[in-house]
Amino acid sequence: MINYLKKNQLKFAPIYFLAPTIILFSLYVIYPIIDSIWVSFHSWNGMDRSLLDSSGELKNWKWVGLDNYRELFFDDYTFPINIINNLKWLILSLLVIPIGLGLAIFLNQNIKEMKFIKPLFFFPFVINLVVVSLIFTWFYMPKYGLLDLIFRSVGLEPIAFLAEETLATYAIIFAFFWPAIAYTMIIYLTGLTNINIEVVEAGRIDGASGFNMFWNVILPQLRPATFIATVVTVVGALRSFDMVAIMTKGGPWGSSSVLAYKMYEEALFSYRMGYGSAIATILFLIMDIYIAWFLYRLFINESSEK
Amino acid sequence: MKILKYLVVISTFFLSTISYAGTLVINSNQSDPRANEVMHAYIKAFDEAHPDITVVVNDFDTEEYKVSIRNFLQADPPDVAIWFAGNRMKFFVDQGLFEDVSDVWESAGFNDSMSATKGALTVDGKQYGVPYGYYQWGVYYRKDIFDDLGLNEPRTWDEFKWVCAMLKKNGVTPITIGTRYLWTAAGWFDYMNMRVNGYDFHMDLMNGDASYEDPRLDDVFDKWAELLNAGYFLEDHAALSWQEAITPMINGEAAMYLMGNFMVPFFEDAGMVDKVDYFQFPKIYEGIGMAEDAPTDTFHIPSGAKNKTDARKFLAFLANPEEAYKLASGNGVLTPNGNAKAPEDRFQMQGFKVLSNASDIAQFYDRDTHPDMHADGMPGLQEFMVKPDRIGAIRSRLDKTRKRVFK
Repeated sequence: MINYLKKNQLKFAPIYFLAPTIILFSLYVIYPIIDSIWVSFHSWNGMDRSLLDSSGELKNWKWVGLDNYRELFFDDYTFPINIINNLKWLILSLLVIPIGLGLAIFLNQNIKEMKFIKPLFFFPFVINLVVVSLIFTWFYMPKYGLLDLIFRSVGLEPIAFLAEETLATYAIIFAFFWPAIAYTMIIYLTGLTNINIEVVEAGRIDGASGFNMFWNVILPQLRPATFIATVVTVVGALRSFDMVAIMTKGGPWGSSSVLAYKMYEEALFSYRMGYGSAIATILFLIMDIYIAWFLYRLFINESSEK
Repeated sequence: MKILKYLVVISTFFLSTISYAGTLVINSNQSDPRANEVMHAYIKAFDEAHPDITVVVNDFDTEEYKVSIRNFLQADPPDVAIWFAGNRMKFFVDQGLFEDVSDVWESAGFNDSMSATKGALTVDGKQYGVPYGYYQWGVYYRKDIFDDLGLNEPRTWDEFKWVCAMLKKNGVTPITIGTRYLWTAAGWFDYMNMRVNGYDFHMDLMNGDASYEDPRLDDVFDKWAELLNAGYFLEDHAALSWQEAITPMINGEAAMYLMGNFMVPFFEDAGMVDKVDYFQFPKIYEGIGMAEDAPTDTFHIPSGAKNKTDARKFLAFLANPEEAYKLASGNGVLTPNGNAKAPEDRFQMQGFKVLSNASDIAQFYDRDTHPDMHADGMPGLQEFMVKPDRIGAIRSRLDKTRKRVFK
């Protein structure tokens, strides 16, 4: 046996190295995903799955087929609100990328004073999201908040953004911009240091300058940075749960809730694990479709260059 | 699933202290510094009275505890767990996770000394826990503002509306409230419904036996909408937490707040507690009993506890009137033990009087009804407070939830 393993060392070595990761990944990522999908076909209150009631039937765990999904799609008036809010997050969060790129280019200038300014722009990324949420909650606070003060100082009627059903989501997304822009900016700044000067110079010889240079020479070289920035921002936007939980608790009356928050509320507060899992599965599919599409496009782009 | 369960058991086994006979494990949710100190002092007193028992306390964060209790009751039950009376307790009783402790009620004399709160601990005629503290709800108000305007504590609905009108006329917001965390709106609903329709109907609604579209609720929402449409509530309350909504009252811009007695320390910290006083939520109709919300905090023995003998001794220790008094008053709440001395703090004294004379005691909306029901109910009530004209749609929505939850 040992001889056999020794002889085929090359064949087995990768398995040894991969094993820890594969085991942990299966246990903590793959298994929960499969189990969540399995749970989403059941009615389950989060308690012992095998407990029997007095008539000998399973008490807490019941197969309901597609009932959870049926209720979600056709019977739950909050589901469309959540989906639309998720779309708002998804679309608006893409604005973060050009803004982050613009700031990165601005900060990339070789000026001595930049050394002092740069850290200021890093700052929001360093702060925990919980703290960002609290800062913005106070910023928006009616009557005592900074925004209220600004509105009144220029003679406008103050708006309590987080109390308005039509505005609360936008107010939270705006708060999300602050750390997200800092993050994309950092990614682009590292991307910019890796720009191949020779290519830029070759472009200059060929007469490229200004926007032309940026669009045709700089930007293509930043593609890996753009890829990471987009994926991280969009996934961040789709699971934007913490900021909603802290700033509005999904309110006023559920109007700023998103799928991730609804899932948390159904599963942990209403004890509806099956229903919560159905929402999780939908969210998982949305993210999957998006990421698959994005990877596909990237793949096409790269193979056409070769 | 089995494997996962074993992993949970093994990991908790290593984390928690290994328990053996003579060791009593208590899981506590008292994480606020003051509450924590009081609870530990109480446990120490128990320890000294029973030198043969070693007590181990696992402290949890209050909010985190609400989630983890479902795991530890199944995977690694302590000998005593702190929890809440009413529907929150009933959920675990239905799961068979709490031990019947009617014998402790019998032997420790709680049937007499704690008769006021017995109902909240009873399921099908048996008691499943022992209460150690409860507190009154009511209207906390700025006495100095009332005095300046020559207003008295309102006893009836008409007086209450008149007080509101006078405050509003003098540029003071009559009622402050912060509904971002929703339950404050439920407090208003509890009182409006109990004063208009009485305790029994309210409980029918909480238990899912009455409909949210029941015509008897029309009057409740009409009366409430009257206050809303007159602009008596603080503006933009949906954006404020309940703590943030205290600020207008501290600044003298608002005069009243319907809240539980746990709010008093905020006034103490602001150094203006002597300007604040308390009155019972006013009567609306003659002949309807004055029921009160008085959330009750409790001790329970999990069914899977290893040391139930000593756990019973711990529950019975509440029969000691001095220690029961210290545990409750240290937390600013009342002890359910009728043999303990009367409270000395003026808010606790008033609460004690109100609760002793209450026709019935409710636990509070989110402790009386099913968790799934209040998850939809509380946002609905918040929406009503901002858009009173949507009440029809809100009620039909809530009734749909009720039918699903209590089928």
